[in-house]
Amino acid sequence: MLSVEQFLTLAAILFCIGLYGALTKRNIIIVLVSIELMLNAVNINLLTFARFGLMPSIDGQIFTLFAMTVAAAEVAVGLAILIALYRNRNTSDVRDQDLMKW
Amino acid sequence: MFEGFELTGASIAFFLISLFVIACGVLLLNLKNVVYMALAIGGVFIGVAAVYILLEAEFLAFIQVLLYAGAITIMLLFAIMLTRHDEIESQTRITAHPVWSALGVIGLGGIILYVIKFSGIRWPNSAQESPFAGQDNVKMIGEQLFSQYVIPFELVSVVLIVAVVGAITLANKEDN
Repeated sequence: MLSVEQFLTLAAILFCIGLYGALTKRNIIIVLVSIELMLNAVNINLLTFARFGLMPSIDGQIFTLFAMTVAAAEVAVGLAILIALYRNRNTSDVRDQDLMKW
Repeated sequence: MFEGFELTGASIAFFLISLFVIACGVLLLNLKNVVYMALAIGGVFIGVAAVYILLEAEFLAFIQVLLYAGAITIMLLFAIMLTRHDEIESQTRITAHPVWSALGVIGLGGIILYVIKFSGIRWPNSAQESPFAGQDNVKMIGEQLFSQYVIPFELVSVVLIVAVVGAITLANKEDN
């Protein structure tokens, strides 16, 4: 029998992997990917409580649907920003994007 | 650790899927070649879609495969090809930054796992029968989406069109 804790544990591990990748990776595309990984972990949590929660209902799946839509829009804009940055500064390394660094 | 754990088909499937997902995630962190990293993230997305099926969200599982494993992975590969990526990530100098990041992430993960497992929270009883049994998942989502959530649904379309126009504007090369 599947339990709530199993799914929450998997989501927590996935979130931590994504957070570590977002903090340490050099390539800006991989940082974007790591943020997507964290969003996926959050979606797993939403669906877990939609299925196993105290008041199970379809609403959690609707929220996940909206989260996925916004994540897709985020990736589109993020990649556009990346292409613009690459054109202007000719690098895809996070450490070189320091124009707004204090 | 898992009290009352019994070996069923669903739990075996769950453990195999989680093993695959976590292995792909660790590969994403450890691989050096950026293209292989993008392939690893495709594996994670497909594994998460399988987890969605275990959670009885079939529609979202297919959307996950279409949107993440299909569209987003291919778009990332295009972005990788369009930008210059050093085939091997250059290790210029060793800094303390990854160590601090690892400490912070392990701390956060420890706190979350403590709350999930050992803090004595009584999670909802999962032995209950499925709330969605015998119902059409797509039909339920559609009915809710077009009755109770119709205004967010319309707003999301505005978000999408703004995002697409913004992406084109940003990536467009200004000639003058």
